[in-house]
Amino acid sequence: MPGKPKEKAAPEFVPARHPMEKYLRTERLPHIWCAGCGLGTALSCFLFALDELGWDLDSVAVVSGIGCAGRVAGYVRLDSYHTTHGRALPFATGLKLAKPDLHVVVFSGDGDLFAIGGNHFIHAARRNIDMTVICVNNFNYGMTGGQLGPTTPLEARCTTAPYGNFEPPFNLVYLAASAGATYVARWTTLHARRLQHAMVEALSRKGFTFVEVISPCPTNYGRRNRLGEGLDEMRYYAEHAVIRHGADPKEADIVPGKDFLIGKFVDMEKLTYLEMYRAKVAQLKGKR
Amino acid sequence: MKKTMTGHKAVAEAMRQIEPDVVAVYPITPQSEIAEYYAQYVADGIVHTELVPVESEHSAMSACVGAAAAGARVMTATASQGLALLIEVLYIAAGLRLPIVMALVNRALSAPINIHCDHADAYLARDAGAIQIFAESAQEAYDYMIMAQRIAENERVRLPLIVNLDGFTLSHSVQVVEPLPDEEVKQFVGEFKPVYPLLDVENPATWGPFAMPDYYFELKRAQQAGMETVPEVFLKVQEEYAKLSGRPYKGFFEGYKLEDAERAIVIMGSTAGTAKVVVDELRKKGEKVGLLKVWLWRPFPKEEIVKALSHVAKVAVLDRALSFGNMGALYLDVTSAFVHREERPTFVNYIYGLGGRDTTTEHIEQVFAELDAARPGELRYLGLRE
Ligand code: SF4
Repeated sequence: MPGKPKEKAAPEFVPARHPMEKYLRTERLPHIWCAGCGLGTALSCFLFALDELGWDLDSVAVVSGIGCAGRVAGYVRLDSYHTTHGRALPFATGLKLAKPDLHVVVFSGDGDLFAIGGNHFIHAARRNIDMTVICVNNFNYGMTGGQLGPTTPLEARCTTAPYGNFEPPFNLVYLAASAGATYVARWTTLHARRLQHAMVEALSRKGFTFVEVISPCPTNYGRRNRLGEGLDEMRYYAEHAVIRHGADPKEADIVPGKDFLIGKFVDMEKLTYLEMYRAKVAQLKGKR
Repeated sequence: MKKTMTGHKAVAEAMRQIEPDVVAVYPITPQSEIAEYYAQYVADGIVHTELVPVESEHSAMSACVGAAAAGARVMTATASQGLALLIEVLYIAAGLRLPIVMALVNRALSAPINIHCDHADAYLARDAGAIQIFAESAQEAYDYMIMAQRIAENERVRLPLIVNLDGFTLSHSVQVVEPLPDEEVKQFVGEFKPVYPLLDVENPATWGPFAMPDYYFELKRAQQAGMETVPEVFLKVQEEYAKLSGRPYKGFFEGYKLEDAERAIVIMGSTAGTAKVVVDELRKKGEKVGLLKVWLWRPFPKEEIVKALSHVAKVAVLDRALSFGNMGALYLDVTSAFVHREERPTFVNYIYGLGGRDTTTEHIEQVFAELDAARPGELRYLGLRE
């Protein structure tokens, strides 16, 4: 006798595990980032980089500012701090000076680091405070809905520049290099392995090191500038990002529709703030 | 004509009709939309305002101060941490007697970070020297943005003015708003008359020089004198606006079923709407309850509040921010107004809705229900898990 057709049990939904889950506060997931956003890739690269370095995690602290990128501080299973808007760097500076053995990483966005907190950036770089700044650059204020920021390219559209921006943007590579950063690299979220490698380098170098991550923001910047989905922006990077190590930072401008430079621009060594400070102390003590 | 719009849109509409010369703003949740609407008006050539998308709120208020000193009519908008960052310059705007009008979309202050409504930002600006008005609805926010110009710019006042509207509750929810025709607003607001404008090169003036122990004190006293003229100007402007709009604005606060009330709540902002519902319900049951909703918070209308509350037996003052180590600032204002009065209600202070915690009709019912038994002078928390 034919019995009732057996009901097929729905396959149990098993969410994919993140390979670097051990570094994530899984209780805070899912994250708030939009589909197609580059922030997840940037964070993953950072976690892979940390894993590669194999540091004692108690020696790593992550500091973020405000904005979509600012969420990173809340997602990493590390000592972390989510500062007020623009103040990631002064907080990180204090942290480093109080605990010189810590590996201090600032993970934040272009608006946070270069508009409201811009002043702190140039001074931390000038002093050569031993820390790594990872700046995810999405060319606008994503969190608040896509307003014009200091990296918005000329003619790009934002909610506060509906017919195109007429303010010249910062070239972050050039800015970091001229302010005194000892390591400056720029990659896109498409170049995940190279980005990870750049992070490993930046993290292991002495001094103020800077990695710019060009990242899609399909919800705001991408949509308003008709760049399509996150994937389309990745295609754009594939077509327009030109790897040129050691290029003159001045030439690293980003102009929509034109090729732009990525790669490692600066990699050098010089005395860090703490080394100079200690030398001064030793000098004064020697005089006595 | 009645329209539906969010509180943000209502504020932006008022700004469009006023068409200030300069608007300097920086994005912050929940305020950003006001800037976005306004940027669109500027981009579309609907207004001839110079919009300055600055790099922080500190710069926003600084740009406002510069533009206002140059002789421009200036407006801005912010919230929470943005207000906290610009407060240094707000004191300066007041000290320089610059009538900058600012919409403050009320939001809690960090830490911990929170984007929802309470009044900690407004309370932070309490002593900055700015006039402060609280709106209950999008309509009130719209109306007071327009009245604000006339009050702040009055030559005897000349002070910055903050119109407070509750973040999200008012800023993002769609309500019925009846804007005035553009022409009427333009006429009501009138042409801006700058005082000692920097751009008047025929009559050079210096702004913001040093004032040492020899003059500083007198200048601060003059600032207070400016504040002291606000009530009179406020009433005059309000009366004119009430006539123009046909809306019942009269006085520094709205008394709701207060005349014969035995128990009353004093409150500011959108929760007044929730409280009115409860007052109506309890009245139906024959309970003599009422409400006093403050519009003008700074300068604080002491005398009038005393008059309005003297006959009430029990008053609960509801503050949406705490003056840590003491009680709510509104409670302290109201009770200090009664300090030399024989006849006075007993007061209780409730802190409510911090960081966007919901305050429902049940909470307001609870306040009225507890009021008789409450210890005079007690500090209580509404809707808190303890
Ligand atoms: S708004 Fe843009 S940057 Fe922010 S999470 Fe969405 S896509 Fe990413």
